[in-house]
Amino acid sequence: MWDETMIVMLLEGIRDTFYMTFVSTFFGYVIGLPMGIALTLTDKGGITPNRTVYRILDIVINVTRSVPFLILLILVMPLTKLIVGKSYGSTATIVPLTLAAAPLIGRMVESSLKEVSQGVIEAAISMGAKTSTIVFKVLIGEARTSLLVGVTIVLGTVLGYSAMAGVVGGGGLGDIAIRYGYYRYETGVMLVTLIFIVAIVQLMQVVGTFAAKKLDHRNQE
Amino acid sequence: METAYIEVHNLSKTYSAKNGNVEALKSVTLSIPKNEIFGVIGLSGAGKSTLVRCLNLLEKPDSGEVVIDGKNLLTLGKEQLRLRRQKIGMIFQHFNLLEQQNVLDNVCFPLEIRGIPIKQRKEKALELLQKVGLGDKAEAYPSQLSGGQKQRVAIARVLANEPDILLCDEATSALDPETTKTILNLLKSIYDSMGITIVIITHEMRVIQEICTQVAVLDGGTVQECGSVTEIFKNPKSRAARRLLLMRETEEMSDVG
Repeated sequence: MWDETMIVMLLEGIRDTFYMTFVSTFFGYVIGLPMGIALTLTDKGGITPNRTVYRILDIVINVTRSVPFLILLILVMPLTKLIVGKSYGSTATIVPLTLAAAPLIGRMVESSLKEVSQGVIEAAISMGAKTSTIVFKVLIGEARTSLLVGVTIVLGTVLGYSAMAGVVGGGGLGDIAIRYGYYRYETGVMLVTLIFIVAIVQLMQVVGTFAAKKLDHRNQE
Repeated sequence: METAYIEVHNLSKTYSAKNGNVEALKSVTLSIPKNEIFGVIGLSGAGKSTLVRCLNLLEKPDSGEVVIDGKNLLTLGKEQLRLRRQKIGMIFQHFNLLEQQNVLDNVCFPLEIRGIPIKQRKEKALELLQKVGLGDKAEAYPSQLSGGQKQRVAIARVLANEPDILLCDEATSALDPETTKTILNLLKSIYDSMGITIVIITHEMRVIQEICTQVAVLDGGTVQECGSVTEIFKNPKSRAARRLLLMRETEEMSDVG
């Protein structure tokens, strides 16, 4: 059972899992970061309050967040086919993963940015800062530790989702676990892939926490 | 008397709270002469913070005018207001420094906003840090500084734009009496060395006594009396002023004890 093809398959599984997780998280931030910023700015008490924009974003996020990932995966298959050309494999899984990650990211970014003290924002306004300067330098700059912790959480979640995509031939470690463990009753292979998944999540957590601590100057000794 | 530099006409501001509305300012009219250190004193809830926050429109008044150097700020466009604010410095009770940036970068921030090249920014910021006595703290982060030091950084930061007005919103209220004195001395030396109009909001009479030339006593959202500090200390006309003077005496007694 543990021949070369198996090892190659596992290594490819790890590679595909990393690929799906990181690329989807990246595209998730491309969509979710501006959403989170917009939510923060337009909420009442934000620097450019706008009830309509906030409500629309709020509803879009709530609705998309309520769709279970497995259903989203099937629901967006036509879109996936349109973008990637096929609806299975790791590249195809990136489409639903991104769509699932974006609203989660929007919320995480919103909550991180709202941690920034109102006083610091007001100080920047009193200096005559442009809104863009306040967003990048004050909001993102001051919330960077919290944002980075958010990235770590999102990576873990997206990795979990990517494993779920294995059910429909999504590729990666989850795919292997389901094919061998569920369809062929080879529990050994499934356990090995599981160990890899746990190890990867653990690794990302450690790196993320370390980086967040390194970047935080608020309570230095 | 010198001509008014900052004029406030019939300024009103009401906040809607859960248990009805709170009238923070009720038709306040006030004129602040150029190059004075002007104090606004009142107990908490008197409306003084709202008043000073209206002077750079951090707070939008419901009605009235805020005229600075002959221009009504409320008629300015968004961009004009932004540029005008660069010349109206403000320091705060809780300093409001960027916690994730070191001291030097904090002082550089207003210069960065104005698009000054990085080399000039740093030179100017270092010069200002030396001026406030923190030349050796450029690389430190705010969390490593004491309250007094943080306020010095905030003062260096506010001076970077060479403001013509400096608003101080309870700037010494989070500091102990000794540190308060050094910060007030610093403000005084800034006042002496550069033509600037300083507006100081405080609830402590001793701050007014230490540094201000003129004072307005605010109570219940209206100006109770306004005049020279020596006059009001000698002969307070309003109940609010008398009460504040009485409080100062108890403060001094508790300092001794």
